[in-house]
Amino acid sequence: MNEPNKNDKKSSLWKSLGTGLAVLAGLIVYAYGFQITKIDLEQLRSERRQESLVRVTRALAQPDIFEYEQVSEAFTAPVYVTCPADGGIVEAPDTSGPYVTVTPSCAEPGEIVTVEGFKFVPNSSGPVRFVPGSDPTNVVELGNDTATTDADGSFSVGIKLPKRPSDEAQFIRVTMRRNVGTPMFTQTARETWNKIIETVFLALLATTLGTILAIPLSFIAARNLMKSVRSPLTSIALSLLGWPLGIAIGYLLVSWVGKLSVPFAENIPVNVLFVALTPILASLGLRWSLPEEETSKPSKTTQTLRLIVLFVTVLIAFYGLFQLANLAINVGLLGIAGFGSLAFLGNFLFQLGDIIAITTPVLGGLATGSALSSFLGRTGQRASEKLAPGAIRLLNILFATLAGATLFGLFGRLVEWLYQIGQPTYVLWGPLIVGGLLGLALAVTTKPKDTLSTGLVIYYVTRTVLNGLRSVEALVMAIVFVIAVGIGPFAGVMALGLHTIVSLAKLYSEQVESIQPGPLEAIQATGANRLQTIIYAVIPQIVPPYISYTMYRWDINVRMSTIIGFVGGGGIGFLLQQNINLLNYRAASAQMLAIAIVVASMDYISSVLREKYV
Amino acid sequence: MLQVKNLTKIYDGGVKALNNVTFDAPKGQFLAVIGLSGSGKSTLLRCINRLIDPTEGQILWNGEDVTAANPEEMRRIRRKIGMVFQHFNLVHRSKVLTNVLAGRLGYVNPAWSLLNRFPKEDMTKALQQLERVGIADKANQRADELSGGQQQRVGIARALMQDPEIILADEPVASLDPVLAHSIMKHLEEINKKDGVTVLCSLHFLDLVHRYADRVIALNEGKLVFEGLPSEIDDKKFKDIYGRDAERVG
Repeated sequence: MNEPNKNDKKSSLWKSLGTGLAVLAGLIVYAYGFQITKIDLEQLRSERRQESLVRVTRALAQPDIFEYEQVSEAFTAPVYVTCPADGGIVEAPDTSGPYVTVTPSCAEPGEIVTVEGFKFVPNSSGPVRFVPGSDPTNVVELGNDTATTDADGSFSVGIKLPKRPSDEAQFIRVTMRRNVGTPMFTQTARETWNKIIETVFLALLATTLGTILAIPLSFIAARNLMKSVRSPLTSIALSLLGWPLGIAIGYLLVSWVGKLSVPFAENIPVNVLFVALTPILASLGLRWSLPEEETSKPSKTTQTLRLIVLFVTVLIAFYGLFQLANLAINVGLLGIAGFGSLAFLGNFLFQLGDIIAITTPVLGGLATGSALSSFLGRTGQRASEKLAPGAIRLLNILFATLAGATLFGLFGRLVEWLYQIGQPTYVLWGPLIVGGLLGLALAVTTKPKDTLSTGLVIYYVTRTVLNGLRSVEALVMAIVFVIAVGIGPFAGVMALGLHTIVSLAKLYSEQVESIQPGPLEAIQATGANRLQTIIYAVIPQIVPPYISYTMYRWDINVRMSTIIGFVGGGGIGFLLQQNINLLNYRAASAQMLAIAIVVASMDYISSVLREKYV
Repeated sequence: MLQVKNLTKIYDGGVKALNNVTFDAPKGQFLAVIGLSGSGKSTLLRCINRLIDPTEGQILWNGEDVTAANPEEMRRIRRKIGMVFQHFNLVHRSKVLTNVLAGRLGYVNPAWSLLNRFPKEDMTKALQQLERVGIADKANQRADELSGGQQQRVGIARALMQDPEIILADEPVASLDPVLAHSIMKHLEEINKKDGVTVLCSLHFLDLVHRYADRVIALNEGKLVFEGLPSEIDDKKFKDIYGRDAERVG
């Protein structure tokens, strides 16, 4: 029993030695930290710093929010500079109202006399002046706010008499300012109000934009949904090829449709006609080409006919979108001209129209891209089911090489655009060959009927991009957007919006990963496809956390948008920074107060809403 | 007619959940699957509608090879196979009616699902199914407001919406008390006898097996160890299925 005891002692010795070393190491780390962060209390003790600190703290404690209209009244008391022979006897002042006395009533220049005032408005102040008897316009300023009344409305101040000797009676004039009427907001307060409103709406728009785009992203960044997505190589290669091809075709096609609407662009009745007709035509077309329920498989001709009708319907829908954009722009222009104080509604319509007009071709490109990609993907899937392994291998080699080359070629174009290398060996042929070879290698090593886990690849790529973008602060993004769209709140919306997308997508996707798997399984078992499974099993489960996170994010965005102005992103930050730089601390204090109020009330509102809806 | 041939499932970790299982389930039969927890009952049922992909073997359903079906064919096959779960697997935050309507998803065009739309006939049908299982008055409540027994009825109504030819029931009464268990089993029995739907049901309690099943198969560590009538399970067979130390309780 002795042996282990000895061992224990030994190890406990080592242990305490280790602890001692760890403490020592910790001390050294902190000592170095003190050195690095320049901790120096001597600065704090310096009188000059203390004075400025007091000045700034007092200014911050008095935010520049209210002001009064001021009236000033002057009161005088006679004084003799160099005492006359009679000893400078002055009349007793009228003590029924406010009055000022000087004691003694005569003195040599440079001597100090006491100026006292009584029966004034408490806590008011004003300058004290010396008015020579011979020349009343040639006053001597004796200091601003020199006379400050106490709570009783009286003051007492020592005044050094100027070198203006005279035989005549001269005067000390006290001009008292006092606030009259109700308090009013200062100019600073009004500016702060405008900017804080801008800030709140900046946060609102950024959050909305971010939420809308983060939701679909969160599904492809969720491991549990993507893990089961597997497809054969033929299908992957073909759908990869389908994307760029489809995007190009769709963009051109929809732009062409857009040109068709140009002749009628400025004719509001025509706009209205098309905007009214399109939904009817589109819904008829959709109803016919996408029957709600089908028990048996339709014939090939029906399928083809349906595809054609669907295609035409989609084109009509895009035409309708362009006309809607035109209508919004036209009505918006009318509104800007004629709505008066409601012109912002007109502007809203105009901008909305502009957004639709700009995004429609992009939307068309993306829609066609996804449609073509999924069509080709399905064709690939069928081919790999029906064909013999040898034929599949051949197809795989062909398409995987092509797809690899296309992917890397496009990437090369991006690199060229970013860095302007200008050497086709590196940015065109190189990537094409490397991509092709990689595709070829993949096709050769993959067994023809094997499926690859496309889902996980998409998952990892999405996650990486999200994490990368998330690590860039919104403030830094704002700098980029300020360059892209100019100084102002729009740049702030874009920067905060982008940051919201990436961070919400991550938070959301983690929620998707933690849903109950049971309902998912049950919905899948009914024969629902992936989209239906998401709509009926995933979305109902993630509504509460999504609402909760969105509100949390709005909260963050309000706080962020208060400082996004530091780099020109609009909002109250610009004003705050300006006032701090101008050492205008009372104004800065008003802005800080506004930020505090908004952030605190957002906090309160979001917690109330969360409790109610989640 | 369901034919399972040499079905084997090996999970990623190397666990052999099913080992060369072969059996048939003729149309209209009430076939019970028994065995200890972890014997492969759930895996077997989930292989049949490919919620789990089997490693080897074949499943033929009305002559069609389920194991080789592509996603589109799988959708058509699955919509004829209803499934009832031990933990009901309802979407808690959705209405009861929505949960029942979800049974039609294999038929509804996915594009319309985006808009959360079901045809009118489906709505009527859903209410009829709820009436059939006796909870028509709960149609507009949230699923998680219902008691366990009621939730399982919703699960059955959802399976019925599929116009199923077979229902896979994975321990449908294991989380319910004995009284509720019988009422749920009676619903399954009625669907089996009246509509002629084949039922493949895994069960824990032998008295339920004796009371409801036409035929029994038993699994032990992934192997089929018994196939026959419920009355054929004597004490020796029982020990084969549940192990040497097992004792009969019900």
